[in-house]
Amino acid sequence: MIPYLLRILVKAVVTIFAIVSVTFIATRMSGNPIDTFLGDGLTAEGREELIRYFQLDRSLGEQYLAFLRGALSGEFGLSFVDRRPVTEVVAERLWPSAQLLLASVVFTILVSIPLGVLAAIYRKSWVGSAVMVIAFAGYAVPSFILAIVMILTFSYWLNWLPVVGNGTALHFIMPTIAMSGVLIAALTRFTRNAMLDVLGQDFIRTARAKGLGEARVVLRHGLGNAGVTVISVIGLQIAGLAAAGSVVVESIFSWPGIGQLLVNSAIGRDYPVLQFGVIAVAVAVVAINAVTDIAYALADPRIRLARS
Amino acid sequence: MTVTPPNPPVLSVRDLHVAFGSTGAVHGLSFDIHKGETLALVGESGSGKSATALSILRLIEREGGRIAGGSIRLGGDRPAEITGLKPAALRALRGDRIAMIFQEPMTSLNPVMTIGAQLAETLALHRNLRGTAAREAARAALDRVRIPEPDRRLRQYPHELSGGLRQRVMIAMALICEPEVLIADEPTTALDVTTQAEILRLIAALQRDMGMAVLFITHDLGVVSEIADRVVVMKDGRKVEEGRTADLFSAPRAPYTRELMAASPRLGEGAPAPLPAPEPVLKVSGLTTIFGGGLFSGQAPAPAVRDVSLELGRGETLGLVGESGCGKSTLARSIMRLVEPATGRIELMGARIDGLSPARLKPHRARMQMVFQDPYASLNPRMSVRDLVTEPAALHGLPEADDRAALAADLLARVGLPADAVHRYPHQFSGGQRQRLCIARALSVRPQIIVADEAVSALDVSNARRITDLMAEIQQRDGVSFLFISHDIAIVERVSHRVAVMLKGEIVETGLTEQVLRDPQHAYTRKLLSAVPRIGRRPAPAVPRIEEPVFG
Repeated sequence: MIPYLLRILVKAVVTIFAIVSVTFIATRMSGNPIDTFLGDGLTAEGREELIRYFQLDRSLGEQYLAFLRGALSGEFGLSFVDRRPVTEVVAERLWPSAQLLLASVVFTILVSIPLGVLAAIYRKSWVGSAVMVIAFAGYAVPSFILAIVMILTFSYWLNWLPVVGNGTALHFIMPTIAMSGVLIAALTRFTRNAMLDVLGQDFIRTARAKGLGEARVVLRHGLGNAGVTVISVIGLQIAGLAAAGSVVVESIFSWPGIGQLLVNSAIGRDYPVLQFGVIAVAVAVVAINAVTDIAYALADPRIRLARS
Repeated sequence: MTVTPPNPPVLSVRDLHVAFGSTGAVHGLSFDIHKGETLALVGESGSGKSATALSILRLIEREGGRIAGGSIRLGGDRPAEITGLKPAALRALRGDRIAMIFQEPMTSLNPVMTIGAQLAETLALHRNLRGTAAREAARAALDRVRIPEPDRRLRQYPHELSGGLRQRVMIAMALICEPEVLIADEPTTALDVTTQAEILRLIAALQRDMGMAVLFITHDLGVVSEIADRVVVMKDGRKVEEGRTADLFSAPRAPYTRELMAASPRLGEGAPAPLPAPEPVLKVSGLTTIFGGGLFSGQAPAPAVRDVSLELGRGETLGLVGESGCGKSTLARSIMRLVEPATGRIELMGARIDGLSPARLKPHRARMQMVFQDPYASLNPRMSVRDLVTEPAALHGLPEADDRAALAADLLARVGLPADAVHRYPHQFSGGQRQRLCIARALSVRPQIIVADEAVSALDVSNARRITDLMAEIQQRDGVSFLFISHDIAIVERVSHRVAVMLKGEIVETGLTEQVLRDPQHAYTRKLLSAVPRIGRRPAPAVPRIEEPVFG
C-alpha cells in the first residue's frame, strides 16, 4: 500500500508541474499582456516602463524560472482588476464551488446507484427499461436547458425557489440538480452495466448456493464488487465537473464560485486571476484523482495488497 | 464398501426434465444417492450434467433454465420436495442441507471479501453464529480441509491463495454446516494433476468422516474411477447407463460408454514410435525469460523460463508437460518471440531468430504458427471463416491468398470441415470445430512448426481425441513438427515422440516418451505420473497434510 501511495503522490506532483508549465506557456503565447490589456493611448515610454515593471523584458527562460519560484512560494501576482493577490481572490471563490460540487456528488450517488442497481435487477421488466429511458433522456438534456426549465417552473411560475446566489439551503436545490443531471444519467448507466457484469459471475452463484437472500447477494456480493469500478468512474466524473461543468451552472444561478470567476476574468482580461484560477482548478482535479485512486485501492484488496 | 445400501436414499431424482426456453437440456433423468455414497454423473459438455446439478439447488432458474417436470426429493428426517419449495424454504436448505462446489476456484469466491467473512456469512445465516463463535467454527472448517495456517487464511483474500487452496476453501465453505448432500460440479477440472489428486483424496476422506452423499459431476473417466461408487453416464440429457464403477469400467454395456472410454486418454496406452534421427527444425539453447523488474512495474524481476534448451525434429512432436505457472506457455511465447527473451539462442530452420527486428523476423513467422487453448477467445467473432483462416496467408503475401475463397475451402477440407463453412462466423461452431478453424488458420501459411498451447485442454474427451487425431494426420501428410504443450500427461503420451518435463521455469527431464514415462528419472516426473487419475485404480487412503506454496 505504501509504494502504491507513493506512486500516486509522484504522479500528482508531476501532473501539477506539467499543468503549471503549460499554463505559463499558454499565457505567453496569447501575446504581450501589456498590449492586450492596456491597448491604445499608452505612450512608448510608459509601455517600456510597464514592460520592465512586469519583467517582461527578460528572456522566457528567466521568466519561467521566476514564475516557478513564485508558484513555489505561493506568489502568483495581483489581480489587474482589484489589485489584490490572486490567491486571495481565487480562494474566496473556491469554497462556494466546492460546496456545490459536493452537494451534486452526494445527490448523484444517492440517486444513480440505487437506480443503476434496480435497472440491473429488473433489466427484463418495464422497471429496468423505464430507468434506462430516463437515464438516456438525462444524458441528452444539456445542463443549461435543465436549469432554465427549472427556473421557469419553480421560481417564475410557482415562486418556490430562489434563483440568484448561495445564501440558503434552498439556493442549493436547483444548481445541484442542474449540475447532477448528466452525471446521474452517466453513473446510472455505468452502475447498471457494472452490476450486470458482476451478477453474471461465478461467486454470485456461490453466494446463492450458500442460501443467502437476494438482497444480500445483490448488495453485499454484487454491489460490493461493482462498487470498485463505480468508484473510479465517480472520481473521473467529479474531476470533469470540477474542471468545466460548473462554469455554465454557476453563471446561470450567479453562484459566486470559481467557474463564474474564470469566465469573468477571461472576459475582463484579468490574466493573473485566470492563470491562477486555472492552476487552482487543475490542482483540485489532480487531488480528486489521487483521492479516487486511493479509494479504489481501499475498496479492492487486489490492489491494496498487490506485491510491491 | 456398500454399494446399494438398504437405507432409503438421501437424494432421489425422478423423471427430471430441465429446459432452457423451449429447448430441453435434461429429459427424464432418474437416480438415487445414499448416505456416504459417491455417485458420479459423467458426460461430455452439453450432456445436461451441470443442468442437473444446478436443478437440485434450483439455481438453474438463475441461469435462464427451469425444471419442466419430475421430482427431486431430499430424504432424511426432514424430507422435502425441492421442486415445489417456496423461496424462503429453499434458501434455508441451500448451503445447510445441500451444498455445492464449482469448477472454477479462481472465480467462485468473492474477490473483495476475506475468506473469514465468506465463511462467517454461511454460519450467521444457517447457524446464527457470530463473533468469536463464528471465527472458531470457520477456523475449524479450514482445519478440516487441511489448510495450513488457518488463522492467517481467515484474514486473507482469495487472490492471495493458490488454486488448490481456493478449492479447499470452497470445500470448507460447502461443508461448514455439515450438509447431507454435497454436489461437486467438475471441482478438479481447473486444477493441476497433483492438486487434483490432493482434492480428490480430501473429498473422499471428508466423506468418510462426515458421511454425506456426494454427487460428483465430471467428464473425466479417470477421476470417476478414483472417486465414485456408482456412475450414471449421460448423453444429450438422457441416462445411457448406470452401474457400479468397477462393473461399468470392466463391462460397459451402452455403446456410448464404450465410445467415451475409448476416447479417454489413459497413461500407458503407448506413444508414437520415435523417429530415427530427424533433421532438426528448431534449436533452442540457454533461453531465459524474465518478467517484472521494470522501472515502474513495482515488481522484482522473476525468471519465468530459466536456461531452457530443446530441439525439435522435422515431423516430430515434442510434448511439454508441467503444472500451471511452470512457464510452459512463456517458453512457447518466447520461442515465437511473442515475449522477448532475456538471453538465449533460437534457431529456426538453421537461421537465428533471436534478436531480429520485427521487420526481419516477419518472414520467419510464417514458419511457426500457434494454436491456443481457448477456441472461443482466439477467433475474432466479427470475421467470417473465409477471412479468419486465410488472414495469415494474406498478411504474409502468399500467392495462394489471391483467391481467398479457394484457399479457405482447401484449408477447411484439410481439417475436416465442410466447404460451405467459409461463409459462416465463429459463433456458429462448437468448441471442437472452432479448434479445427484455429488449426486451419495455422496451416494457411504452410508452417514447419505448430505450437499447440493446451490446444485440447478446453475440449471434452471425444473432441480432444478427434483434434489430436487430426494433428497426427497433418503431421503424417505434411511433415509438420508440433510443440505440444499440456498439463495432461496422458494426452501428451498419446501424441508425442519425445517429452520434456518442466518445473518452475526449468526443464527437469527430457527424453523419448516411452522411456520417460516408463522409467522417470526426476522425482517431480514421478510425482506427476503418480497423480494422474487412472481408470480401474482406487486411490490411496492416506491424506497427508499439504504445505502448498502460496502466491501473493
